[in-house]
Amino acid sequence: MSTKKTLFDKVWDSHVVKHVEDGPDVLFIDRHLVHEVTSPVAFLGIKNRKSGVLFPNKTFATADHNTPTINQHLPVADPLSANQLKALEENAKEHGILHWGLGHEKNGIVHVVGPEYGITQPGATIVCGDSHTSTHGAFGAIAFGIGTSEVEMVLSTQCIMQPKPKKMRINIEGELNFGVTPKDAALYIISKLTTSGATGYFVEYAGDVFENMTMEGRMTVCNLSIEMGARGGMIAPDEKTFEYVKGREFTPKGAAWDKAMAYWETLKTDEGAIFDKELTFNAADIEPMITYGTNPGMGMGISKSIPNAEDLDGGVATYKKSLGYMAFNEGDNMIGKPIDFVFIGSCTNGRIEDFRAFTSIVKGRKKADNVTAWLVPGSHKVEAAIKEEGLLAILTEAGFELREPGCSACLAMNDDKVPAGKLAVSTSNRNFEGRQGPGSRTLLASPLVAAAAAVTGKVTDPRELMTA
Amino acid sequence: MAYEKFEILNSTAVPLPIENVDTDQIIPARFLKATERKNFGDNLFRDWRYNGDDTPKSDFVLNNPTYSGKILVGGKNFGSGSSREHAAWAVYDYGFRCVISSFFADIFKGNCLNIGVLPVQVSTEFAAKIFDAIKEDPKTEISVNLPEQTVTLVKTGEKESFDINGYKKQNMLNGYDDIDYLNNIKTDISEFAKELPL
Ligand code: SF4
Repeated sequence: MSTKKTLFDKVWDSHVVKHVEDGPDVLFIDRHLVHEVTSPVAFLGIKNRKSGVLFPNKTFATADHNTPTINQHLPVADPLSANQLKALEENAKEHGILHWGLGHEKNGIVHVVGPEYGITQPGATIVCGDSHTSTHGAFGAIAFGIGTSEVEMVLSTQCIMQPKPKKMRINIEGELNFGVTPKDAALYIISKLTTSGATGYFVEYAGDVFENMTMEGRMTVCNLSIEMGARGGMIAPDEKTFEYVKGREFTPKGAAWDKAMAYWETLKTDEGAIFDKELTFNAADIEPMITYGTNPGMGMGISKSIPNAEDLDGGVATYKKSLGYMAFNEGDNMIGKPIDFVFIGSCTNGRIEDFRAFTSIVKGRKKADNVTAWLVPGSHKVEAAIKEEGLLAILTEAGFELREPGCSACLAMNDDKVPAGKLAVSTSNRNFEGRQGPGSRTLLASPLVAAAAAVTGKVTDPRELMTA
Repeated sequence: MAYEKFEILNSTAVPLPIENVDTDQIIPARFLKATERKNFGDNLFRDWRYNGDDTPKSDFVLNNPTYSGKILVGGKNFGSGSSREHAAWAVYDYGFRCVISSFFADIFKGNCLNIGVLPVQVSTEFAAKIFDAIKEDPKTEISVNLPEQTVTLVKTGEKESFDINGYKKQNMLNGYDDIDYLNNIKTDISEFAKELPL
């Protein structure tokens, strides 16, 4: 066997406590993120088994999925949501786990606050009871979502048991076109691979496009890895990564920093290391993307028309059902379709760079009257930056309001639900039936496409509103 | 939470020949607000099963008395989407012990194995055969044999074997879960932790 290792191998192998014969690896977890929805049953489990939390300082809790995005200072109106938030607070307190609950200055979406405070680090294994944990792979960490039984395992033993996934490398070569964002690159890859194309694999993104991307952009890409079925995705850490991580609250300092750096600098795929699958795309082929169906793989360049069922391989009935739900027809153009809602936010596109992009288009324009817009920062830190950088003034001038942080309309567990039949352009990650509220219809897109829709009231190519 | 052991399951099956059934369909997010694992079966496929006013949709398969059983047969890429174990709980709590599909999403499959639902992945052809057999006779009996790792259409004897990791198989046969295993090696884990760089 070759001794050449991929980035993924290096991090995974160094965290294997033990390999179970004919079974999975026991994988040690460096950082465990917890939120209110997928943790209560796990805490009940450790109570029933009387096992306690083995390393409370490796678990971090924040409330996000259920939280209201207005009037966060008031008691939460929905009793069930309030109950989950209270359970998280009590569980964290009982076990000595750091908890950033609703109203805390560091509160925000779990995958936004992790990197912001340096909990996310290169070479770490990071899990959370949430599939978009893949976000943290942007730092060269192995990060993926787990189920509640596994949340319990991590609480009580700091380990989970999983077979090592296969490895895939995805390269994009060249330079992204004008108006094309990391979100578009990710939606493009998913449209090529379908939502199951990377199932069983852990992805490493490589090549010019990812190297040139900001850390925020890399997070957007890694975040969406799960939407092509992958366990997770990662990008080798580089100067940009170390620069981002340095000096944050939970990153190592002094001698510990030097020790960490010595480890982090080894984190790249060896030349000649073997991947089970390797794909290469060309950046020049990617234009701003939009989805038209009910899974993230049903996406296309914004100037294209909806494919005919006959031109796809298989699944005609499912495809037609999906278009039926969306009330679209084969051959339709997306451009010009009137929309009702715009949502910018989520762990995919709720960071400061996304609000900068959104604002760059709405600046000097007005929100369309037919559009309800929800602008939801990923965290209080993002919210503060929006204000400090003067974006809020521009947004207000254009007729937009900023809400308070949380997952919001990404999964519509709180009151931010798109009503049945209404069409939303959303910067989030899933366009499943009813994802944004029962009967809601979702078009996934970048913050630029969302902004263009917000000011024109219909699906619009953002490049028309941008100056090169 | 321990679950019922799984050995041989002979049952009729409920067909759901739709591809990419995602976790938001299996259990919509708004039903994830509980702090205990209770009654998730009631909301399995909630929005496909009930109208907005909670009346059952008569054309959905779970509301059709012709079909019943402890096996759910789904289309390709079953369980895509979120990591919510609630989706697997809903399947189990409704009364299914086995899901057959020609392809499963990763996390969903792992969650099923952790809570006692057996995910059986068959070839596209065999999945089509099962759907056809049920279409012809809704009372078609299917036998899922875990020790042998086979799934059989009882009437015709047509059979296919399926994969399962040996360790997970033992767990399913005994009703054990990974938590028991890990709790027993905590000392090794703590030793290991001392050597890690982060
Ligand atoms: S923003 Fe959406 S995808 Fe991200 S953690 Fe929240 S609910 Fe999950």
